[in-house]
Amino acid sequence: MGVPVGHYLALSAVLFSIGALGVLLRRNLIVVFMAIELMLNAVNLTFVALARQQQSMDGQVIVFFVMTVAAAEAAVGLAIILANFAQRRTLDADEIDDLRG
Amino acid sequence: MTEFETPLLRLIPLLPLLGAAICMFAASTERRPLAKIVGPGSVLVAFLLVLFAIARFWQLEEGHSLVDLVSTWIDVSPLRVDLAFRLDALTSVMLLVVAGVGFLIHLYSLGYMHDDPDLPRFFAYLNLFTAAMLVLVLADSLPVLFIGWEGVGLCSYLLIGFWYSDPANADAGRKAFVANRVGDAAFLTGLFLLFWSLAAAGSPTLAFTDVNRLAPELALRSPGIVTAICLLLLVGATGKSAQIPLYIWLPDAMAGPTPVSALIHAATMVTAGVYMMARLSPLFVESPTAMQVVATIGAVTAVFAASIALVQRDLKKILAYSTISQIGYMVLGVGVGAFAAGVFHLMTHAFFKALLFLGAGSVMHALHGELDVFKMGGLKRHLPITSKTFLVGTLAIAGVPPLAAFFSKDMVLEAAFMHGHPVLWLLGVIAAGLTAFYMFRAYFLAFEGESRMDHEVEAHVHESPSTMTIPLVILSVLSIVGGWVGLPHGFLWGDRFGRYLEPVLAQAAHGAHAEGHAVEAGGATPLLLMLVTTAVAFGAIFAAWKMYARPSTVPDEMQARFPRIYDLLWGKYWVDEIYDTFILQPYAAASRFFWKVIDASVIDGTVNGVASFFGGAASAGRRLQTGNVQHYAFAMLLGAVFTAGVYWLWR
Repeated sequence: MGVPVGHYLALSAVLFSIGALGVLLRRNLIVVFMAIELMLNAVNLTFVALARQQQSMDGQVIVFFVMTVAAAEAAVGLAIILANFAQRRTLDADEIDDLRG
Repeated sequence: MTEFETPLLRLIPLLPLLGAAICMFAASTERRPLAKIVGPGSVLVAFLLVLFAIARFWQLEEGHSLVDLVSTWIDVSPLRVDLAFRLDALTSVMLLVVAGVGFLIHLYSLGYMHDDPDLPRFFAYLNLFTAAMLVLVLADSLPVLFIGWEGVGLCSYLLIGFWYSDPANADAGRKAFVANRVGDAAFLTGLFLLFWSLAAAGSPTLAFTDVNRLAPELALRSPGIVTAICLLLLVGATGKSAQIPLYIWLPDAMAGPTPVSALIHAATMVTAGVYMMARLSPLFVESPTAMQVVATIGAVTAVFAASIALVQRDLKKILAYSTISQIGYMVLGVGVGAFAAGVFHLMTHAFFKALLFLGAGSVMHALHGELDVFKMGGLKRHLPITSKTFLVGTLAIAGVPPLAAFFSKDMVLEAAFMHGHPVLWLLGVIAAGLTAFYMFRAYFLAFEGESRMDHEVEAHVHESPSTMTIPLVILSVLSIVGGWVGLPHGFLWGDRFGRYLEPVLAQAAHGAHAEGHAVEAGGATPLLLMLVTTAVAFGAIFAAWKMYARPSTVPDEMQARFPRIYDLLWGKYWVDEIYDTFILQPYAAASRFFWKVIDASVIDGTVNGVASFFGGAASAGRRLQTGNVQHYAFAMLLGAVFTAGVYWLWR
């Protein structure tokens, strides 16, 4: 028996937290975007680890779905960021606040 | 009582009404002559119609009347009011006064107003007034009377403020309107109460004939209600007829053109209250309490107003207070149950007071608006016709035999004494003395003695044109002979006037007194009363002659010796100030309270407070929307953690 599932889950939690903090705290949109990818992959890791432990394919299938959605999301997200940059010449999340009340 | 239909009566008020409409459209310069013809002309034709109608009325048997049912006006079950006119003895007297004196005053206005740019508007109002007054006296029911009642009030307001560019005139008009409104509110309440009690008695109507027929039954059912109705109607009458406590508007009403003062505020409109009470005499006699109040108000007003007139300097103000005082006599007559005497004095007063006012207008015309009698003097040399006719009017009002007021005033006073009101009789005699004094004071100061005019004014003094002097002459003839229709009992043809009105007016309820009256009529008492009154009048005239006919120090000495009394009279008993302090100021304060506190603070505060609460909450809440994506993400995270936490704890 290799690495126990607890380790995978812990790593996954750490990765997810790093991703979440990155989304919340970093100001550069590209970095925020990368942090989102990190969170997605942390979840993927959980799915895979638990799928293996449960001897079930369901988790693995969902991971494929997540990866496809993440690819689509990356395409759309990067396009938005590029368009935004073309207009404002900035990538700072704090300066993009047109909806401030 | 048999009634005879005739479509004639509706034409009488209709003609001046059409005249008013035509004059209104004759405002442009080239149509001015039209107003000059139509204005007096419509009233002249109405007067001729009145004569024709009265001639027909006189062919009827005594007690019958002419009726003109135009249409049904209000028909809401159970109330049904017809737009109907009725000509009976009382109405015929009033019609003659209104249309006759009215026409003379229209004629006079032609001269008096000839260079006023608003002459067409003036005649329009004057015609409208005449129409309303004719409706008032012809009305067959209280609601129709009320049309005229309000119509004359409106015209009074319009004409007092005729020269509206001066705010003082407009204020005077408003004051008259508001004071009348107070009376009218009571009048209407009385009307409602009357209808209500008549309906309760099973006869929902407001026609005079029905009201007067059912009056005894009403009194039998609930005497208190009848008294309340009479008192409310009396308050209405005190507004229209300028009696205590609502007389205050009449002196100010002199701001209007003088023919208006003569027509509306002396001869016709102000007597409407007396007419109304005489018309409802069978109702009033059912309430001895109300009659007592009526008589007291009349007598007190007579003395009160006469005493104010003693010290006034403004000729028109003197006449205004004199009018209040004389209407007091009429009300006294009504109050002591001598309705015919009250109406008789109403008629003679219309003659001599219109004469005096028109005389004053003629003086104003000659002196370019000067009204202070102390700045006149010696006018009889310049104004021979005016001064002679004014003297006739003065003699008439003073009660010098055999002029008009001698008979009418005496009839009122005799009735007061004979019907058991010696105190009111005494008040009336005092008022008669005061009247003779202040009228002759005014006459001597204005027309006799040396001139005290400014030289500038004196150089331009001229007698008025014939359109003004002819009415003066006609009215002075009427002031002399007008009283002869009602001579004392047993003298020549006696009191024909009273007998003429007998079928219409109620006889005094105090049967015992009435009988006593009949018995004593031939006795010495009436003669003695007449002698007393006449002696008082002559004494007062003599005193006025001593004090004012030539330069005298007596008036100044009197003023110096009784400064308090003089100030009280000069200040008109401070009634305007008292009303101001006790009614107007508290009213204004209450209004300000409701405006500033209730409306502005409480109501507006509530509405605005609700709005500003949500505004404040919104501007606090909008800070949540930072527009920063990361803040939203953080909120989502918190939400997720919270949801997970709840889920975990729940499990």
